[in-house]
Amino acid sequence: MTDIHLKTIFGRLTWESFPIHEPILFGTFVVVVLLGLAIVGAVTWYRLWGYLWHEWFTSVDHKRIGIMYVILGIIMLLRGFADALMMRAQQAIAFGANEGYLPAHHYDQIFTAHGTIMIFFVAIPLVVGIINYVMPLQIGARDVAFPFLNNLSFWLTAAGAALTMISLFVGEFARTGWLSYAPLAGLAYSPDTGVDYYLWSLQIAGVGTTLSAINMVATIIKMRAPGMTMMKLPVFCWTALCSNVLAIAIFPALTAAFFLLMLDRYVGTNFFTNDLGGAPMMYWNMVWIWGHPEVYVLVLPAFGIYSEITSTFSGKRLFGYSSMVYATVVITILSYLVWLHHFFTMGAGPAVNSFFGIATMVISIPTGAKIFNWLFTMYRGDIRFELPMMWVVAFMLTFVVGGMTGVLLAIPPADFVLHNSLFLVAHFHNVIIGGVVFGLFAAIVYWFPKAFGFKLDPFWGKVAFWGWVVGYWVAWTPIYVVGLMGTARRVRHFDDPSLQPYFVIAAIGGLIILVGILGFVMSIVMGFVKRAELRDTTGDPWNGRTLEWSTTSPPPAYNFAFLPVVHDLDAWYDMKSRSYQRPADGFRPIHMPKNTGTGVILSALAFTLGFGMVWYIWWLALLSFVALLAVLIGHTFNLNRDTFIPADEVASTEDRRQPQLGMGA
Amino acid sequence: MTDRMGDIRETDIRWHPTEMEEHDHSGGATVLGFWIYLMSDALIFASLFAMFGVVSSSYAGGPGPRQLFDLPLVALNTALLLASSITFGQAIPHMEAGRVGPTRAWLAVTGLLGAAFVGVELYEFASLIQEGAGPQRSAFLSAFFTLVGTHGAHVTVGLIWIVMMLVQTGQHGLTGEMKRRIICLSMFWHFLDIIWIGVFNFVYLFGVIR
Repeated sequence: MTDIHLKTIFGRLTWESFPIHEPILFGTFVVVVLLGLAIVGAVTWYRLWGYLWHEWFTSVDHKRIGIMYVILGIIMLLRGFADALMMRAQQAIAFGANEGYLPAHHYDQIFTAHGTIMIFFVAIPLVVGIINYVMPLQIGARDVAFPFLNNLSFWLTAAGAALTMISLFVGEFARTGWLSYAPLAGLAYSPDTGVDYYLWSLQIAGVGTTLSAINMVATIIKMRAPGMTMMKLPVFCWTALCSNVLAIAIFPALTAAFFLLMLDRYVGTNFFTNDLGGAPMMYWNMVWIWGHPEVYVLVLPAFGIYSEITSTFSGKRLFGYSSMVYATVVITILSYLVWLHHFFTMGAGPAVNSFFGIATMVISIPTGAKIFNWLFTMYRGDIRFELPMMWVVAFMLTFVVGGMTGVLLAIPPADFVLHNSLFLVAHFHNVIIGGVVFGLFAAIVYWFPKAFGFKLDPFWGKVAFWGWVVGYWVAWTPIYVVGLMGTARRVRHFDDPSLQPYFVIAAIGGLIILVGILGFVMSIVMGFVKRAELRDTTGDPWNGRTLEWSTTSPPPAYNFAFLPVVHDLDAWYDMKSRSYQRPADGFRPIHMPKNTGTGVILSALAFTLGFGMVWYIWWLALLSFVALLAVLIGHTFNLNRDTFIPADEVASTEDRRQPQLGMGA
Repeated sequence: MTDRMGDIRETDIRWHPTEMEEHDHSGGATVLGFWIYLMSDALIFASLFAMFGVVSSSYAGGPGPRQLFDLPLVALNTALLLASSITFGQAIPHMEAGRVGPTRAWLAVTGLLGAAFVGVELYEFASLIQEGAGPQRSAFLSAFFTLVGTHGAHVTVGLIWIVMMLVQTGQHGLTGEMKRRIICLSMFWHFLDIIWIGVFNFVYLFGVIR
């Protein structure tokens, strides 16, 4: 075959695209393939494919989709954390004559992949997953507003993650930093597949996230249990609502920015190029109009999680519920008005910089109000320092420091000195680890018994806790220090040997976090091993206050045999304290959506579309696109989408559940 | 605990809704969800408008609006699209009354007007590219083609949707599900009309005036 034929079939994919000449990548590849084969082999051996397909992959049950999101997030966390350890190791040794072990083009891919993966494929799936699982239960609903869309959103996110992962072994990932700034990310400076992988994975996952956000907002507005007015909505659902409204408001800007960059790269337009009138700073503006609110999309639900846990484990109503709601709304609005503080040095002038600097500082007021609300909730409470509560306390102590360095960075003159330094990197790891990650761990520990019917192993849970908290401080305090001294971010090799001790300490901190991560995995494994003694038999293991604790652990597919009527903010606490009796008969058929494989198929086609576009395999891209449209149109012709669970099946399910459901406390 | 019981006696409290109440409980979620989707789509257009605004005079030595835009053609196009919104509006009362035939007829007329709009737009694009004023020529032209083209792509999606609704109403008549889909489609169609009014003023008229 001639070159032309090969190009038609394989685009720019050649043998050179596979990194067999790079020992680190090749080693990883071998391990991943072996692990993958082991998993596929095990699933086949135990004949689980049918079960997985029918019960999980095609499921439209919000609880199962939530769990799949969380599993995706945890798997990608391991990948992103491996990147982090590699960077820490490189920076700990690469001083003076020692060049370290990572060549520049590899190191640059690692820091790009680390940031991209941690935000888009760890934080977002974990937050979305937990909202998916918990929110419908908390509002007393049987599912979300659009169950099929929910399944599709998950699989689109997974397809984006898969496309990022495959870039490890086929071609290269971007070397442009986690937001791939133009003009560096333009075709002129990044001609290889890296930025294309980046754009297509995030674009596909971004569609999923937007659809999911629309779904969650419609669910909260339309599907609350009777009697649950907005001011009786559990505070976690309020934060979920604000977070998803914000996501709907910002993801279009990112989609547009990526779309324009794609046009630059594929069509040859001049939006963000350096010549023919291009305006690269427009890209920065658009990605940060997404990027800054995005951290609030992530942290607001975490604030909601802290609120629920603080109230439960202090045995009190949340202090200042309405101020908490207003603070959340104010943060939602303000977060949309601060994006320019990410590039004060653009040169927009003192008036513009002052506006954005002050707007940024103002955010600390509602956030501070929240901290005080949590403290006052704890004040004179009957505090139980179980694992979820420990995460809350660690969050408050850690996050406040990150908040203060944030206010420091919001001062434009200070930012001129500190921008692009490791001080900034330490700041955002401070707020994201201390705010979002701790919250997600708290949420997983808190709601795990609801989802699986047994608690996580407390000993290993504490190992995870101390590993993360101590590890965080050991890893990032030295980075704050070198950052304040002016060390730039994204540097592979240092000339000044006096900095080395700081980076060695940071690397040790990274290893302590590794202990935390292994402890977390162990707490799941040992929890499963000891599930008999850790079993939750009441459905209400923590003496909870909101409706998710009113059903069994795990809940039946339909969540509630009878929808609850809500009379109070802490609805389940209210029911318990007024000696509510569960109806034992009179069950009715329950209307539920049917499972469908369409979401998986559409996402697989989105994946092949992305892969074809990345490698210029035009026939594959075109074929996938046409198939995608056909499946989508075909799906609208299927009107037989729901089913009734007959009343006697509900009755028998309830009979099996009933012995488990004591009155909790 | 007793302090919060207030004036309601324990036996009076209703903890579960009746069957009737349970049923109309998630009504209207589709239309609300579609509204929210339209708002997010509006923000994509807002971003494209902003991009166009920033580079609207970055001609890079190439042709500007005055040399390029053929206002009578654009006026014709605008008339086609606005007329298509009116014809869609004609379909809705028939749909509400359950008259399948007239609903489908008005939908078909709307589709033809929309197709004419897309056809004129493609003709305009083709002649611009032929003159050497393609999207690669300058940032201004990049933004022009992208903004107008994205709108045109949306109209094309609307056309596919109209065809689907013609087929599906043929199969099922005007069931509740079909009515809901037509309502969403009409929102989509009118939304594109509003966007076009922005494009017509902001891109074409402003471009030629200044």
